Amino acid sequence: MSNFWVILFHTYISKLKTKSFIITTLVTLVIIVGLTNLNTIMETFTKDEKGTNIAVIDETATLIQPLQEQLKIVNEEIKLTNYEKTEEAAEKDVEEGNYEGLLLLKFNEENLPVATFKANTVADTTLSQELRNGLQQIKTQLAANQINLTQEQLGKLYEPVPFESIALAENAKTEEELNQARGLVYVLLFFIYFAVIMYASMIAMEVATEKSSRVMEILISSVSPVKQMFAKILGIALLSLTQMVLLIGVGYYSVKHNMDSLEGGFFSFFGFGDVPLATIVYALIFFLLGYFLYATLAAFLGSLVSRIEDVQQMITPMTLLVVAGFMIAMFGLGQPETPFIQITSYIPFFTPMLMFMRVGMLTLPVWEPLLGIVILLITIILLAIFGARVYKGGVLMYGKSNSFKDIKKALQLTKKD
Amino acid sequence: MVLRIEHVTKRFGDFTAVDNLSISIPEKEMFGFLGANGAGKTTTFRMILGLLNPSGGTITWDGKPINYSTSHLIGYLPEERGLYPKLKVKDQIVYLARLRGMQKQDALKELDVWLSRFKVPEYANKKVEELSKGNQQKIQFIAAVIHRPKLLILDEPFSGLDPVNVEQLKEAVLDLKNNGTTIVFSSHRMEHVEEMCEHLCIMHKGSPVVHGSLKEIKRSFGKKNLVIHADFSLEFLMDYPGVMKSKKTTEGIHLQIEGEEVAEKVLKEIVGKGFIRKFEIEEPSLNDIFIEKVGAAYE
Repeated sequence: MSNFWVILFHTYISKLKTKSFIITTLVTLVIIVGLTNLNTIMETFTKDEKGTNIAVIDETATLIQPLQEQLKIVNEEIKLTNYEKTEEAAEKDVEEGNYEGLLLLKFNEENLPVATFKANTVADTTLSQELRNGLQQIKTQLAANQINLTQEQLGKLYEPVPFESIALAENAKTEEELNQARGLVYVLLFFIYFAVIMYASMIAMEVATEKSSRVMEILISSVSPVKQMFAKILGIALLSLTQMVLLIGVGYYSVKHNMDSLEGGFFSFFGFGDVPLATIVYALIFFLLGYFLYATLAAFLGSLVSRIEDVQQMITPMTLLVVAGFMIAMFGLGQPETPFIQITSYIPFFTPMLMFMRVGMLTLPVWEPLLGIVILLITIILLAIFGARVYKGGVLMYGKSNSFKDIKKALQLTKKD
Repeated sequence: MVLRIEHVTKRFGDFTAVDNLSISIPEKEMFGFLGANGAGKTTTFRMILGLLNPSGGTITWDGKPINYSTSHLIGYLPEERGLYPKLKVKDQIVYLARLRGMQKQDALKELDVWLSRFKVPEYANKKVEELSKGNQQKIQFIAAVIHRPKLLILDEPFSGLDPVNVEQLKEAVLDLKNNGTTIVFSSHRMEHVEEMCEHLCIMHKGSPVVHGSLKEIKRSFGKKNLVIHADFSLEFLMDYPGVMKSKKTTEGIHLQIEGEEVAEKVLKEIVGKGFIRKFEIEEPSLNDIFIEKVGAAYE
């Protein structure tokens, strides 16, 4: 087995066995499973509750019945009880927890309902909102009656305008599709963002650790620094793929498994119902390319420092580039077609996120993402050639070295003269 | 399998680290590099290993340049000690040995032999950070020699070790040499070089000031030490022609003289003046030569 593979698998396996890797992976898995099972989990918690009991003191004696009927449509759990005793007694009952809240109903001078809602806390806005909505309906009906509007006229007044957006371009995504795509792209962008930052800094740390523990000099006397650098980058790439396959696999299975309960819920926003395969494939391609771009950058930045403490400082500019790309992509989610987004998506340091965002959101001609990928590949190759030269000199440099001037110094070391 | 360094120069910007160095080291020899800190020893080693490219001149081994295709034949113990602190000794050695082209099983077998030789077989499953510095150094030495290199480069192998460990390591190095390994090593400890090397080179500010076989160097140095113990005062000898340095001791005097002929004259001078308990001509020590050569270059 050649040295390249020895280093690659050593990096992969020793990282795979670290506690931090195992723990992050497990925690993320738990979060994914938790999120996709959110509905089931929430149901098991609410099942035990008997429903929400509200005491009502209805001075009009005519409102409680229609309100209860209104509420039945929205939430069957809310139960209104006509309270016979005084307001003070009712408040005491609420404080003691016999009722969730107290609703005071009366008419104002125009004979329209006025309500006061009292509860121990008003943190649960859903409940008061539901009560208010129900009451709003009753008020509208009463008001309509007062000015002699028929039910029909009322319906006309409140009927929403039929409004439909239709994209004219062929293959363009409908609005519904766009909304779904946005959710998925959003999640995957986040994924790319985190993974690129995490694994690129892992590379920088790894290189700096080998340098600061001085094992580097033995390593580079047996294997060329360039070979070593790429073996390391690929080893970590393998690690990231392992993690990703695990997370996506479990996530996918869990979503499929819970499809019924998720349908129509919070998750329909993310468009997980029918994930377009192309989007996932593009996400993988752009993640890998983005990773290679930033990992190469991180490797040679890491080779310049001699103490682990200086790593963060050294890679901050790189991290900021990733953050900038992510910010632009977030901004672009709302308007992916603006020229600014179009142009920046060809800047190689932003391509992984921006081009992916565009390709996921819009129906682009194939040459656009391809051009982005080609530019990205060329940049990676150039950066790798340059980075390898810096790395070769950088790993031999010791002393207080944490400025970008050291790049020049490192290049000088590798030169013949 | 001769290691030839020919007219090698290395410049870092304006600074010249190694200046026109030419040395040839025969096979199965032990060659010592001496020099003060910053004399260019480590830079020379890095050039031999191909980690740095010389600004001028060539380095060949067996007529070919040294590069990564020969790395399984070469062992290197860097001056800056270091291993993966979190890795077990066993995993560490196996990894480094595999990078030098060894099979895992062979590396484990060799490791057992070496650990029991250094009387620390229990270290195989310990993490490096749990070991003392001296023991880490032993592990690193094992890492440098486990693949039975033909050419072994040791940068300050004995620094930071206690006398017992120095002896153990010296023995191991001599064994390797007797088994046919060409060894190049550097040290500031003169006595180690004097004791172990046939050939040596004293470097000063990048250039070799003395170079050759130990015997020749001593002979060509010319100057001898003369020790005289006598019952009468020897102070008049301090200004005697041919005496270069002198130091009074409780029992007599230590003189550094230009050559044996001076000793003869001195002997004639003092005979009959009283009882002479000791009259001895000593070869100059490497320490004398080093101080003389490097000190002279300072002036």
